[in-house]
Amino acid sequence: MQQDILLEVQDLSVELLATPSQASKTLIQPISFNIKKGEVFALVGGSGSGKSITSLALMRLLPSALHITGGQVLLSGQDIFAYNELQMNSVRGKQIAMVFQEPQSALNPVQSIGQQVAESLREHQKLKGAELKRKVLSLLEEVGIPEPEQRYDWYPHQLSGGQKQRVVIAIALACEPMLLVADEPTTALDVTIQKQILSLLDDIRRRRQLAILLITHDMGVVAEMADRVAVMQKGAIVEQALVKDFFASPQHPYSQELLAFLPKGNEFCQPVTEDALLELKDIKVWFPQRKGLLQRVYDHTKAVDGVSLSIAPGETLALVGESGSGKTTVGRAILRLEDISAGEVYFAGQRIDVLNKNKFLPLRKKIQIIFQDPFSSMNPRFSVREILEEGMKSLGVGINASERETRMQQLLEKVGLHAGHLDRFPHEFSGGQRQRIAIARALAVEPDLIICDEPTSALDLSIRGQVLDLLQELQREFGIAYLLITHDLSIIPKVAHRVAVMKEGRIVEQGSSQQIMENPQNEYTQSLLASVPSLLSKVSDEELF
Amino acid sequence: MSISILDVKPVFLFSDILIYILVASLGLFFYQLMRNPLSRARWRGVFQSAAGMAAFVVICFYVLVALLDSIHYREPLPILENQTEVHYSQEIRSALDLIFVGVHKRSEKTYSSPFSLQLFTKENMQDENDNLYRDYPMLKHAGQHLSSPAEQGQDVVNKSLLALLVGLLISAVFVGSHMLWRKIKKPTTELPWWSAYLTATVLVLAGSWAIGLSQYYHIAGTNIVGVDVFYQSIKAIRTGVLIGTLATLLTLPIAIVLGISAGYFRGWVDDAVQYIYTTLSSIPGILLIAASVLLIDVYIELHPESFSLGAVRADFKFLALCFILGMTSWTGLCRLLRAETLKVSQLDYVQAAHAFGVSNLRVIFKHILPNVTHIILIAMVLDFSVFVLAEAVLSYIGVGVDPSMASWGNMINEARSELSRDPVVWWPVLSAFVLMFVLVLAANVFSDRVRDAFDPRFGKG
Repeated sequence: MQQDILLEVQDLSVELLATPSQASKTLIQPISFNIKKGEVFALVGGSGSGKSITSLALMRLLPSALHITGGQVLLSGQDIFAYNELQMNSVRGKQIAMVFQEPQSALNPVQSIGQQVAESLREHQKLKGAELKRKVLSLLEEVGIPEPEQRYDWYPHQLSGGQKQRVVIAIALACEPMLLVADEPTTALDVTIQKQILSLLDDIRRRRQLAILLITHDMGVVAEMADRVAVMQKGAIVEQALVKDFFASPQHPYSQELLAFLPKGNEFCQPVTEDALLELKDIKVWFPQRKGLLQRVYDHTKAVDGVSLSIAPGETLALVGESGSGKTTVGRAILRLEDISAGEVYFAGQRIDVLNKNKFLPLRKKIQIIFQDPFSSMNPRFSVREILEEGMKSLGVGINASERETRMQQLLEKVGLHAGHLDRFPHEFSGGQRQRIAIARALAVEPDLIICDEPTSALDLSIRGQVLDLLQELQREFGIAYLLITHDLSIIPKVAHRVAVMKEGRIVEQGSSQQIMENPQNEYTQSLLASVPSLLSKVSDEELF
Repeated sequence: MSISILDVKPVFLFSDILIYILVASLGLFFYQLMRNPLSRARWRGVFQSAAGMAAFVVICFYVLVALLDSIHYREPLPILENQTEVHYSQEIRSALDLIFVGVHKRSEKTYSSPFSLQLFTKENMQDENDNLYRDYPMLKHAGQHLSSPAEQGQDVVNKSLLALLVGLLISAVFVGSHMLWRKIKKPTTELPWWSAYLTATVLVLAGSWAIGLSQYYHIAGTNIVGVDVFYQSIKAIRTGVLIGTLATLLTLPIAIVLGISAGYFRGWVDDAVQYIYTTLSSIPGILLIAASVLLIDVYIELHPESFSLGAVRADFKFLALCFILGMTSWTGLCRLLRAETLKVSQLDYVQAAHAFGVSNLRVIFKHILPNVTHIILIAMVLDFSVFVLAEAVLSYIGVGVDPSMASWGNMINEARSELSRDPVVWWPVLSAFVLMFVLVLAANVFSDRVRDAFDPRFGKG
């Protein structure tokens, strides 16, 4: 690897301009770092820490409200802040290219992928005709699009998410940049595809001696990909280190906090051996596909196609799978938010899938749900009091207002908030605090089972651990069972007693979490585990696999 | 015979009652909104801009005029001999006429241009020696106090200064007392009051000048039948404001009920609502409105006994027009609400409410409705100006309000022939245009601010 410096950032600072309603605010405190040729430099931090703003500032693409207040950025020794807009355009794409988080929105849906790759070639390299097409095909081939000749004329919607991200990378590579800025390139993708994209990026960087600025919040990705890492917190770089030193001994408290949450890999929860609280027998949820004027049903989408599982009281069952595998639908079907097409559901020995709406009402007290996104799971016009009270009123928990009041105050204390927060509105809380309110809301009706639908995936890494700790603590105190729906395999050893792996509406493997994580039998489970960024293997020396 | 105020017979037209109910319920609505801290903060955003504040003051001024013009009464006729009971005039007057101090009685024969002392057209006249000659006759009610026409220029300046002085005094009292109130109450948030003061002062000055001078001259001329044009266009404010608010408020319940139920229940409800609005919006609006207005006309013809007074008939026709406008214009808002409800009802907090077994009605009122209010508010203020303009268009093609009712549309309709004359009669259409323009501009500026403050896609949401 060559050691000469490609990009040097010196004392870069960014400020949010003052508006009539608020004063100006410093978003990036003076930060400095450099990236060498052929190096992967990872910028990590929670949301709002300023990683994306830094990358936009490098390309001078900041929105107009943000203003670069100082510092300089040297690209191969040239100060790019001294360039005019026209010169800057030749830097963007040609020398620095960008890969975005969401391939869906980075591609134009009405242009074929070939055209989109060709566009920047035509712009920057002045290629034409057959030569242009040859170059596009070789790029598509390089990023691993199968049969590029045929796919040249395909539109983005005909490709899968991973393939779209490959096309985005091909566009970024089109003009042979020296630096690739990848802003959370795999966050929107499933784990198995994430693995493929990461290895593609690694290949390309080796082949082309490309420097990559990798922006991510996923420490696994950092461990797998990066050579050096910088940790950002509140607009400042708090630590900069080589990756292997960083994981071995993080210096800054915030870095330690980020890493502390990562599973150690050898502590598993032992399965509970009791009679089942909830039992699903071969349930199916089929959505009819309708056609024509009379809305005739001609086929079904089999979201859940024969799932059987059981959960004991006080047990956590993790239901894992990729997006589209039907795991969320299982959770919603138990709560009757979706209609069950076939199969039987038993709760505490009582068959509940045949009950009508009114007979099911008492059971809603026993089964509750926590959603993924704490920002959309609460009515923004309700105060915390109204949010907590809604379910209690509807299901008749608490005889009168004063009893409900004391219960709500206790609940808030229990989830780590203050009783004084009752009259505040959701927007006054952070993501982690909101998720605590959501947990309090579910707890308010004293449930025996809580369905947790990706309860931590919308939260920052440092907060995830706290929320999972809270869930475990509540489980120990109240003996609540959890159905934990997740795609994040790294949290399983810490919280789950048993694991069920779902694929295409069916359960492919089920067992205790130790058994599944250490000795998976099914091929799919093995590939799923293999594609988790192999932080564990790096840190704990092949102890797990 | 002088008439004391106690002798008059109050008249309550349907639209009078409606307008007062409307203003009262709007007041209640805003009071409710003020109690919610979130929406209070948003309304504060609307009023924190100087333009929004000024637009609001202008709208308030128009509404005030409309309210004054909605207090109707009939004057008693002089008691004749051998007559025991009092008869009342067939003409209905309003409180606004009191402020104008009898401008309605000072009608000329036909057109006269603004501030003119003579009619606009020449007539055959006889001098003292019975010689026939042709000249512009003098007006009966303009500049009678002048000893010679040459004094007019100086007189107008004097009268203007006097009227402006009075206006300045009135606005000084208002602004001063409000400033005093602020000093005592010390409100926590700073709003751009200077903008409100400035707008109010300008409006009061313009008002006092216009009223002051219209005692002596026809400041905006007279129309074909000699009625003072300025008075006529001020009377038209009530029509404009009322049609804007009434038609808007009529669209709301239909659009809200159908839109939200289509989006929330989906299935066959959604299908039915969609069929209705696609059918309705595929019929040309003007055609539908014209057909309905003709039906109303026929109904009035067939039931003369229900409409004893001209004003009552005009009022009925006017309400029917509002109703028809409302019935034909709800589809746009309904579509928006359906789409938004589809989105909101998929959000997790609605799902959470279902998981708690909350009833559908409660979910709609507690979760859906409050979260689509911004769309309703924005549509409401945007529609207002659309309806004011629609009235003008409809009256222009002859299916609008009753010709006896003062309305900008009717004035513009007459302008068709006036503008093709030579020399051109330009003042009625200009007068109508200026008053309508100010109202629609204010409504649009205000609705812009409301949208900025309430639409989550703009600003901080």
